[in-house]
Parts: sequence; C-alpha cells; structure tokens
Amino acid sequence: MDNNWPLWEVFVRSKNGLEHRHFGSLHAADEDMALENARDVYTRRNEGVSIWVVKSSNIKASNPAHNGELFEPAQDKVYRHPTFYNVPDEVKHM
Amino acid sequence: MKNENLYNYILGIADNSLILGQRLGELCGHGPSLETDIAGTNISLDLIGQTRSYYQYATKISEQEKTEDDIAFLRIEREYKNVLLVEQPNTHFGYVMGRQYLFDVYHLMMLQQLQFSKDETLAAIAKKGIKEVSYHKRFSGDWVKRLGDGTAESTAKMQEAINDLWRFTAELFDMTDADTAMALEGKGVDVSKLKEGYYKEVTALLEEATLTAPEGMYFSRGGKKGVHSEHMGYLLADMQYMQRTYPNMEW
Repeated sequence: MDNNWPLWEVFVRSKNGLEHRHFGSLHAADEDMALENARDVYTRRNEGVSIWVVKSSNIKASNPAHNGELFEPAQDKVYRHPTFYNVPDEVKHM
Repeated sequence: MKNENLYNYILGIADNSLILGQRLGELCGHGPSLETDIAGTNISLDLIGQTRSYYQYATKISEQEKTEDDIAFLRIEREYKNVLLVEQPNTHFGYVMGRQYLFDVYHLMMLQQLQFSKDETLAAIAKKGIKEVSYHKRFSGDWVKRLGDGTAESTAKMQEAINDLWRFTAELFDMTDADTAMALEGKGVDVSKLKEGYYKEVTALLEEATLTAPEGMYFSRGGKKGVHSEHMGYLLADMQYMQRTYPNMEW
C-alpha cells in the first residue's frame, strides 16, 4: 500500500520566529494524512510548533548534471562577498 | 482499604488505557506503513503514560506495599477492569482504527468531565490527557472515514470491523459500584449520561464514512466486572511474561 502513496516533503518550524526548515519526507495519500504523518514522524520529540507539507512532485529541483554551469562560476567571485569593508567594532553580528 | 471505591474507580479508567496501549504496542514494527506504525506506537505510549499517572496515584491510596508495576503486571485476569472493547485483537487495520475510534470518542467525553473532578489528582491527569486523546480521535476518525469512504474493499473491511466491534460499545456506559459511589462524591464521571451523545457523534461520523451503524444488536458486557473475552488471557500472557519470569526486573 505504501508504494501507491505519493511522497511529501516536510518542513517544520521549531520555534516561533524561526523559519520552517526541511526535516525530511514521508508517504501519504493526501495532504491531510501527510500533515498527521508528519506530526507523528517528525514532531513527537517536541521538535516543532508548525508544519508545512508539500508534495515532492511539486518541487522543481536543479539538475546535478548542470552543477558546473550553475554553481562553479560563483567559486572565484570573491568580490561578491562584502569582505572588503572595514567594519567598526561597534557593529556586531556581521 | 479506606478508599476502596476510589482505588477501584482509578483502576477502571487506567486499565482501559493499559490494555489498549498494549494492543497497539503489539503492532510496533508491524504497521501497514512506517508512518502509520509510528502513529500507532505514539498513541500506545500516550495511553501507557496516562496509565502510569493513574497507577502511581492508586499506589498512594492502596494500603498495601505495591508499585505501579505490580498493579500493571501482577494481577490475574479477573482483577482487570477494562472494557471488552479495548482487549479485542488487531484483526486488521480496519479493526485497529475502528476499535480506536469507538474508544476515543468515549475516552474524550469521559476526560472532559473528569477534568472537573473534585479529586485534584484525577482532574489534573484528565486535563493533560484531553489534548492527547483529542488527537487520537482525530487520527482514528480520519482513518475510519478514509477506509469507509475508500475503495469497495476498504469499505467492506471497515464495515466488517464496525459490525464486529459495535456489540462492545454499550458496556462503556455501564456504571460499576465504584463509578456510582465516585460520581455521587463528585470525584467520578457518571458515564451513563454520556451514552446518547456518544451514539449521536459516532453515528454521524459513520454516515460521513458511508458506513452503517448496526441496529438491534446484542451487546456483550463483563470486562468492567473482570469477566473478559477469550482474547484477554493471551494478551496478559504476553504482557506479564517478563515480570512473572524475572520478578522485580527493571530496565
């Protein structure tokens, strides 16, 4: 029966104020079951205050075969990092 | 024992949770899918957690030197006060969810009254349990609807489970001597008053699930008085084996 159920991606907000983060995936017949399953599989140890579920097939993912053209050009563009400024000591968390 | 009625009343509530928790626990690692397996085990652990709170309270009332483990594991079959419904076997997933739903509706109604008990400990345990049991009912009710209103096969299996389990529902509303005494003192719930609301709620959900509530059925009773069905002995053998073979073992 499991094989007939589509895959869902689960995002959990662990505390108010934080963003939802990807926690994992699971199988479920529809979004209501996905939410209940996510609650039981991913938040039973007090991990969350909010859950999103998204059908995995609704996610458009980048193709690993294109990693060269997508990501490698960024590797030698140091000037895109704001590391050339002198930050005053008073400014924290930069 | 000074508080014999209160002691028996607590066990009457706790034993339902213990035996249903044990039944669900049998499915750990055997659920139809990883997700439902974890869900069932979570519910089992909720129920056993509630059981512990009740038994710990019972040990304080008992004038004998007893631990919660003694109460859970070292009684004979006739001393367990759970209703027949919760000891029924995990015949198939439809039975597991049907049994759960038929119990959850009752359980939640009972706890919603028990939270106003004049006994502070019982009221506190009930308050904590309400959130857990609300979710149990949501989960089991969703599954009854899903299977009832699913394929031809799932509808037939869910209806079969409801037909077989229905006869155990009336006992939920029987009052034992301890129930009556505690209700009079304002510590316990008069469960006989929950009956009408229960059948109304359950019938409405069954209708939504395109299932039929059986009518004109003979009802089985006895669990509350310690007269259990043939399944109970096997369940207890499994559950008590460890404590009986290795007395006082802990882990």
